[in-house]
Amino acid sequence: MEEFMGYERPKGGIGIRNKIAIISSVVCVNHVVEQISRKVENSVAITHPLGCGQFGPDFSYTLRTLVGLGKNPNVFGTVVVGLGCENITSKLIGKQIKRSKKPIEYFDVQDVQGGTNAAIQKGITLGQKMAEEAKELKREPFDFSNLILGLECGGSDSISGITANPAVGIVSDKVVELGGTSILPEFTEWVGTEHLLMERAKSDKIAEKIKETIDTFLNNTMKIGIDFRGIQPTPGNIEGGLTTIEEKSLGTIAKAGTAQIEGILEYSEKPKGKGLWLMIEPGLDVESMTGLAAAGAQIIVMTTGRGSPCGNPVAPVIKICGNPKTCDWMASNIDIDASTIITEDKKVEDVAINLWEKVKKTCNGEKTYAEILGFEDIAIWRSTAAPFSIFHETLR
Amino acid sequence: MPNKFIIMHKGDNCATSLEEIEQGDLLKFKDDSITIKQKIPLGHKFALNKIKKGEKIIKYGQIIGIATEDIAIGDWIHTQNITSHYLEEVAQ
Repeated sequence: MEEFMGYERPKGGIGIRNKIAIISSVVCVNHVVEQISRKVENSVAITHPLGCGQFGPDFSYTLRTLVGLGKNPNVFGTVVVGLGCENITSKLIGKQIKRSKKPIEYFDVQDVQGGTNAAIQKGITLGQKMAEEAKELKREPFDFSNLILGLECGGSDSISGITANPAVGIVSDKVVELGGTSILPEFTEWVGTEHLLMERAKSDKIAEKIKETIDTFLNNTMKIGIDFRGIQPTPGNIEGGLTTIEEKSLGTIAKAGTAQIEGILEYSEKPKGKGLWLMIEPGLDVESMTGLAAAGAQIIVMTTGRGSPCGNPVAPVIKICGNPKTCDWMASNIDIDASTIITEDKKVEDVAINLWEKVKKTCNGEKTYAEILGFEDIAIWRSTAAPFSIFHETLR
Repeated sequence: MPNKFIIMHKGDNCATSLEEIEQGDLLKFKDDSITIKQKIPLGHKFALNKIKKGEKIIKYGQIIGIATEDIAIGDWIHTQNITSHYLEEVAQ
């Protein structure tokens, strides 16, 4: 049986990293969080421009995402820092993370006498204590049913869909076969293939939800005068060999292999069971990977044609690329070279074997290039931009 | 030897080129060979089977479109002879 060496968490979930997360509840304390993180071993600063004056879906997206990042099994313990007057408070985040039974501390800068200097010191003391405890925990063997894999693509070219993406699809199927979980985000790139995704849905109800998701999106974009279908594939795509919207989207969803679709998740929502899941997320790489990590993905595979360096503070990101020039010019950013399908007599299956080996090594602790280079990017999806978009000069 | 083309799924009736393939090139396919009818740029497709007008064009084992004219083995498949099945039928 194939296994990996991971860290067991109190309420289940197996980490492949053992990090201390220092999280800002609000933009105003990002500097405090960064200063704390610098002095705490094996910690990551999770900062963002949000947390204050958020309402409706934005409020719940930000809250669920920050809680999810703290709950991610790769995190040993979390220190949440707030300011004290925002609506997404450190207490709100901290109390929800606490349900995971992992070490958690939270406080607001306005409650610490001595201003931000004292708050930074307080955070460092709490974080360092947690980091010492984290060192006591040792890796143990676990099977891959404990793994949640995130499927991402960014900076795609016409080669991605015939090289790297299908190789990722084979690995996704492998994880699902081993009893694990896989998540495909970026629903804007399913458009044109929803009838094919529906055929793979576990039930009629889930098939209907897939259709409803895409229809709602297309109808809403039409209301502001955009027919999303009409702009795909783009002239550049056509020049690269893509002919129809379904051909383009099939290249994207190739990352999700052939497994049955268990359901659709909201942004940053944890899967309700094993197997392949779809996630509603609009296709921006960093927002997407933040949502995957917040949903509990311990590892993300990202295909890139033109070369994207992005990473995530909580989940290691493996880069796989099918473009020979990008693999050469950006070698220090690419973990798996899928261009051997073009330059040598390699098959997609051969590349998938290399990728699977890298996934296993990464689970066992080997760093990815994004980790080595320190790419720890966070962006949280905002959806209530819509009420404000009416003020834009082009829509008045 | 580098691969000149790739077939994404065993049921596909088209292949994708991995380098520019010249008109008249002879490509090995199964125990047979295919004569390329027009120049195929990198990333573009050619037919592995005869595809009649109105028939489905299959890549990744899935329908990527419908032939708008009869397509012969080795023909370049591009916007001149394929149309979206999704936009024509599914999304109506």
